[in-house]
This record gives sequence, C-alpha cells and structure tokens, in this order.
Amino acid sequence: MTVNLVLFLILATVAVISALGMLLSRNTVYSALFLVLNFATVAVFYLLLGAPFIAITQVTVYAGAIMVLFIFVIMLLGADPLPEGNTLPWQKWLAVGLAVILAVEGTFLISTQKAAGIISSPAADAGNPKLIGQLLFSEYVLPFEATSILLLVAMVGAIVLTSRKKGEER
Amino acid sequence: MDGISVNYYVGLSTILFVIGATGVLIRRNALIIFMSVELMLNAGNLAFVAFASAHDLLNGQVFVFFIMTVAAAEVAVGLALIVAIFRSKKSINVDEINVLKG
Repeated sequence: MTVNLVLFLILATVAVISALGMLLSRNTVYSALFLVLNFATVAVFYLLLGAPFIAITQVTVYAGAIMVLFIFVIMLLGADPLPEGNTLPWQKWLAVGLAVILAVEGTFLISTQKAAGIISSPAADAGNPKLIGQLLFSEYVLPFEATSILLLVAMVGAIVLTSRKKGEER
Repeated sequence: MDGISVNYYVGLSTILFVIGATGVLIRRNALIIFMSVELMLNAGNLAFVAFASAHDLLNGQVFVFFIMTVAAAEVAVGLALIVAIFRSKKSINVDEINVLKG
C-alpha cells in the first residue's frame, strides 16, 4: 500500500459516504450539506490529480455558488420533508435493482480492463492556470464563446421564469 | 510516492454516478433530484480529470471547465423552474406534477 493508495481509499470512503448521505437523508438541508462535503472531497481528489486550478474552481463554483443557490431555494420553499406517499411502490425497488446491476457491470468492466494509465505524482507545472488559459483561448475558443451565449440564455431564462407578469396575483 | 492506476478513479467515478442515478430514480423531492444530477456531473468531471492526469494532457481539465459552466447554467434554470412550479402547485413533489398526463 503506497501513500497515494491509502490517501485515495480514505478520500473515496468519505466521498461515497457523503453521496449516500445526500441520497438517504430525509431533511433537504442535510442533503445539501452532505453534497457540499462530497464536492469538497472531489476538490481534494483534483489536487491529488495535479489539477489545482480545477480544484479551486470546484470549491468556488460548485461548493460555493451552486450550493448557495440550492440552500437559498431550500430556505425559500421550506425544508419540510415530503410525506411518504408511494404512487408506484414497486418503482423504488426496481430502480435500486437496476442501479446495483449498473454498478456491478461498471466495476466488473473496469476491474477486468488493463490499466489505461498510471497516475504518478503530478509535475510541478501540471494544471498551471497559464497553460489552461492558453489552451482555452487557442484551441477551445469557439466552445468558450458558445459557453458565454449559454450563460446569457440561462440568465435570461431564469429571470423570465421567476418574474411575475404585471398585475398578476400572488 | 508510487502512482496508482487510473482505474481506481474511474471506479470511484462509476460508484458516484450510480448513486446519483439512483437518487434521480428513487427520490420524490425535486431539489434532491437536482442535487443527484449535480453528483452525476461531478462523477463525470472526476473521470475527465483522472484521464487528463494519466495521459498528461490539459484538454480534460478544459472540458471540466465547460461542464462546470453547463452545470451552473442548468442549476440556475432548473431552480427557477422549481420555484415557478412551487408557485402554481404549492409542492415540489414530482409525483404531483402530472398535469400533462394523458
């Protein structure tokens, strides 16, 4: 067991447990907080993988902006747990069964595959923001511009969806 | 420190993805379904960064960047939709959102 493997296993345990906590907790606020923990763990994985810039972006965008938006909406709509009504009682078990099949299938395929690559300790300049920026503005400049349009459309869409028309009753 | 196989990371990514997919299928709360979708996107990101690191390329990290942008846009629009639905139905239970049913 190398140091890297031990680190990986500890972090993987935290990531899987926090994901399961998100899935299983009755209270929506607890779910959101478990998801924040999961995002932070994944950010540490990015650091291990030699992507410090992505790790910081993960913390600011995901754990920061997106989860604040989630918690804001949870507070807005009320955090009461939903009543346990089962319109399709068999559907939950079918879903869990299919998920288990998918997980077994995926892990089987991955474990029988020969390693697609070895992750060694990252080079000193790996994930350097300068290199990422150069790549982003040379090879990926068209997707970058498309992304800006996407963000504009999302912003307009969110405003249109939540604004009330004049004279509309609450 | 010795390196570890990229398969470990892809395996973890698979497990996180399956947990997210299960969340979309079994939960009734629209907000939790959204969080599960975020978890699935995150699992995809982890696989991208793992492969980028294994092959010593930066392209995977740039892709993760785009996925994060799409996730942010999706959350903004999705939460706006949930708020709009809550205003008219007074509920975020996806089982009760069935007016389009034939």
